[in-house]
Amino acid sequence: MPESATKEQTIPVLSTDSKTSSSSNVKYRRMKSKLAHLLFLLSTWMGVVVLAVLLIDIARRGLPWLSLDFLDSFASRIPERAGLKAGIWGSIWMILITAPLAFIIGVATAVFLEEYRLNSKWGGRIQRLIQLNINNLAGVPSIVFGILGLTLFVRQINLGKSVLAGALTMTLLILPIIVVAAREAIASVPQSLRLASMAMGATRLQTIWRVVLPYAFPGILTGTILALSRAIGETAPLIMIGAVTFLAFTPSSVMDMFTVMPIQIYNWTSQPKEEFANLAAAGIIVLLFVLLSMNALAIFLRNKFRRS
Amino acid sequence: MQQVAISIESCSLYYGEKQALNDITFEIQEKSVTALIGPSGCGKSTFLRTLNRMNDLIPDVTLTGKIKIYDQDIYDKTVDVEMLRKEVGMVFQAPNPFPKSIYENVAYGPRIHGITKKSELDEIVETSLRQAALWDEVKDRLKDRATGLSGGQQQRLCIARTLAVKPKVLLMDEPTSALDPISTSKIEELLQELKRHYTIVIVTHNMQQAGRVSDQTAFFLNGNLVEFDNTKQLFSNPQKKETEDYITGRFG
Repeated sequence: MPESATKEQTIPVLSTDSKTSSSSNVKYRRMKSKLAHLLFLLSTWMGVVVLAVLLIDIARRGLPWLSLDFLDSFASRIPERAGLKAGIWGSIWMILITAPLAFIIGVATAVFLEEYRLNSKWGGRIQRLIQLNINNLAGVPSIVFGILGLTLFVRQINLGKSVLAGALTMTLLILPIIVVAAREAIASVPQSLRLASMAMGATRLQTIWRVVLPYAFPGILTGTILALSRAIGETAPLIMIGAVTFLAFTPSSVMDMFTVMPIQIYNWTSQPKEEFANLAAAGIIVLLFVLLSMNALAIFLRNKFRRS
Repeated sequence: MQQVAISIESCSLYYGEKQALNDITFEIQEKSVTALIGPSGCGKSTFLRTLNRMNDLIPDVTLTGKIKIYDQDIYDKTVDVEMLRKEVGMVFQAPNPFPKSIYENVAYGPRIHGITKKSELDEIVETSLRQAALWDEVKDRLKDRATGLSGGQQQRLCIARTLAVKPKVLLMDEPTSALDPISTSKIEELLQELKRHYTIVIVTHNMQQAGRVSDQTAFFLNGNLVEFDNTKQLFSNPQKKETEDYITGRFG
């Protein structure tokens, strides 16, 4: 800021010395530039201020309700006894199934698309078609995945409203995000490293496993963790497949019914009693804490692997 | 009389419709340095890559004719490409060490070919680094990252990495073009050492370098092999006018 301010002061002095005729033009352009600067600043602050107000409001309402009991109680009609336990455990179960599935399938897909380029005319076209579709899938509204999950996993495969059905739906939802992130990470691996490996007689798999994936790993990991935080925050598709909001137990197998944190929060916000809104705020704090921790972990892991 | 290591018989290569090499025939002696010279785009690098079948990685390449390395037709259907590339190592234009430790870079080749014993790997790493005249500079920091080395050291590391799989032939694609003169002369000295054990084919843009390091020189122009002779003979008394024009700097 101070740097640009001094620059702006010196330039007009120079230009008025040499050319007086264009000084009005310069003034106009400077004004426009300042105006734009102001506009950008305002836009940035708008977002920040709204977020800050929201966070302060949530903290004010939710913090008094936050306690170990809140984390270790099930839903209840009495606000003082209600807690997030079912949601927390449901989210953990879901993420434990979704994470390995989405990671393995997503990275394998990215490896195929990037490293096994099909050279025949039709092969190449099919591959481009797959890529286009995956990119589009990353932008499909989550509710659509919910409908798919309901039809396919809950009804067709008959998994019922189980945590497994929910996790599979979530896997489908975040797969495109992981594929896109992993593809970008793999594409950033220098070609010269692949050539060096192949020229020593490594097979394609050895090259992928020992050179490409280690190099791309930080990027893949970051993309995966960000995709998983999206899965933890999603509500709509799970409502669609019938995750229950009022549970008095935690899942003990993948076929059990379940709820997740955002659904519990959503349910509380729709209750008439004022105290439930505060409970929702407390739930949001827990959810935010989990999300921020996951993002921090992503940044930490990325930096760790970059350095070593 | 030296033995023939590589023999090329009327070899032509096409990228799709475009012809890149036209009817190349010559023989490369064992344990000698052969320089490939010629202006950019004349096909010398393309030719080099046919010798370890790196051109296989490029779609739409057709090759006709025969290339034999120690009497084995390397384009025969029974040839295992991975084993061929183990026998015919390659050093690239720009140093391209893996972002791993110095030790891991050299151990990479032996590992992919199935050597896992620590003592055996240790020994290969040391011998290879000694052969590449790098051991004394890096022996105390084998666990350091290879990308922290200087450009010249990185290139010698890449040579050591290639030697670690015990090839018979060493292909070098302008190995010094990205290096400063001191590093370049180190690598040139190294070549004189290495040719006692390996057959070396080197592409170079630098004619002084070709004159200094090679026993034989092949001059390529527009995909044709114009002249192939003893380096001294070719530089002092070229038989073709194009060769003379090129080496005296009249074009290219």
